[in-house]
Amino acid sequence: MSDTPIPSGRSKANLSVPHAQALDTAAEVEGRSLWQDAFRRLQANRAAMASAVVLIVMAVICFAGPLFVPWSYEEIDWDILEAAPPDFEKGHYLGTDSLGRDLLARILQGGQVSFQVGILATAVALVIGVSVGAVAGFVGGRVDQFLMRFVDVMYAVPLMFFIIILMVVFGRNFYLMFLAIGFVEWLTMSRIVRGQTLTLKNKEFIEAARASGGSTASIIIRHIVPNVLGVVIVYVTLTIPQVILLESFLSFLGLGVQPPMTSWGALIAEGAQEMEITPRTLILPAVCLSTTLFCFNFLGDGLRDALDPKDR
Amino acid sequence: MWAYFTRRLIIAIPTLWVVITVAFFLMRLAPGGPFDQEAPLPPEIMANLKAAYGLDQPLWWQYFNYLGNLLQGDFGPSFKYKDFSVTELIGQGFPVSVQNGFAALILAVAVGIPLGAMAALKQNSGADHAAMTVAMTGIVIPNFVVGPLLALIFGIWLKETVFALPVAGWNDGAFANRILPVVCLALPFIAYIARITRASLIETLHTNYVRTARAKGLPFRLVVLRHAFKSAMIPVVTYIGPATVFLLTGSMVIETIFGLPGIGRYFVQGALNRDYTLVMGVTILAASLVITINLLVDLVYAWLDPKVRYE
Repeated sequence: MSDTPIPSGRSKANLSVPHAQALDTAAEVEGRSLWQDAFRRLQANRAAMASAVVLIVMAVICFAGPLFVPWSYEEIDWDILEAAPPDFEKGHYLGTDSLGRDLLARILQGGQVSFQVGILATAVALVIGVSVGAVAGFVGGRVDQFLMRFVDVMYAVPLMFFIIILMVVFGRNFYLMFLAIGFVEWLTMSRIVRGQTLTLKNKEFIEAARASGGSTASIIIRHIVPNVLGVVIVYVTLTIPQVILLESFLSFLGLGVQPPMTSWGALIAEGAQEMEITPRTLILPAVCLSTTLFCFNFLGDGLRDALDPKDR
Repeated sequence: MWAYFTRRLIIAIPTLWVVITVAFFLMRLAPGGPFDQEAPLPPEIMANLKAAYGLDQPLWWQYFNYLGNLLQGDFGPSFKYKDFSVTELIGQGFPVSVQNGFAALILAVAVGIPLGAMAALKQNSGADHAAMTVAMTGIVIPNFVVGPLLALIFGIWLKETVFALPVAGWNDGAFANRILPVVCLALPFIAYIARITRASLIETLHTNYVRTARAKGLPFRLVVLRHAFKSAMIPVVTYIGPATVFLLTGSMVIETIFGLPGIGRYFVQGALNRDYTLVMGVTILAASLVITINLLVDLVYAWLDPKVRYE
């Protein structure tokens, strides 16, 4: 919103000269969109910005780092074959795990899995949740009744148990894990989107879209979805850490990624068994996982403050 | 209101049926069976074993047979723990999970609510920021990290001191054996409850009726205790409902780390062993708990917030 006062209800011709001039200059002031406004508020939040930077740096290191590490995550150093302390001459910058594999390479690989799971599984949850929520809210009636009763039933299901059964059934398939986690996380998303859609549904611009002949599908895609995006983005940043946590949890129980591939949860499980001898193998992946979760939570909180005008 | 609860109870039956059906067929889809071993059994013995447990029958027959037995309260025999029925196994494991769960729940509420309330009353003070940072840390550092770390500290680093605690085993429920698992289980819940209490109490303190109560000249302490606190508890109760289910059905990770004989561990092992009936039994128990506790939460709601009306 521009700060320049503009008298309403009077045409420009009736204004005195200074007012007219003020209006002319006001027209040149660039308006700020909701998103620019939100971004400014986010920038002012130092914790959230720092978290975003840390996350980007960590992601870059996890994906580009292996190019600079002399060992791959599955390669066994046959000269060592035990959890050895860091050895810079051989290129084991953080030492090795109990089988003589390079710990740094394994932590980076685990990070790749965590970031991929976090983003892909959340994307699955996002697509299902937003579609179900927007359709239920906008179409209403029986469709709404049916979809929301279904969500209610799903809420009463101990989902963690089902994920574990799914992982057992499908033999720890990497991509199915994304799908399984995504299928579980969409419930809350759909409820949030439905609530937002219900309030948007009766606004004038939707009526206008209808009057100009827009079909239900096009109204949902072009008018409803873009308007619920703010809430959705906040929820997405809070879902990603949950998903990463869930994957680590499964891997910790030995149900997640399959060896020799690894993830932070699997590394923590391995490290927990050797913590008496080498606490390093437990502490390092634990620090990486906690830092990532910490940053996503701070970023999510920051985004909520930035995008939700109520708590400003 | 009673009509509403009756309806909820009636909806609970198809919900449970869906859970049972999906879990039943999913388990059967899993490759392998309960009698697979490293050295394969001779086919005759395998056939006899399957016949003894009814696994040679068509799947639909097994399904209806299972449902029929279930209606009579019979969860069937465990496939892996020979000579034990699922009811017996759950009977052994559930008390352990429930005791730990309740202890953790009480600890979480007893620490979380005062911590959050203190932070809210001294909003933006140093104490507030410190409490919330600790809470955030409790949320983002998962159980399966805290568990091994606590075990490392109290079981290994402090081994020779008076602070040494047993890090594994149940030891028939000795107090010392319970400390670490319960603390570890409660930590994230303490953190969540503190955060929710703080946010909710701050919001309540800004409402009109609290301002009115203060304007009347009531001491601040009474305003908080009598007027603000009750309605500030509504979001906390919402959160405690699902949290209770999680705590009672046994945190699988905690039971695995500390080697406790609770039902969470039975479930993970059962799923890996294809112990169909044990997995089903634990799933049905958990689902019934979710449904019951959600219903209880709704009842508490109606008591806390007079505006809540169920139709």
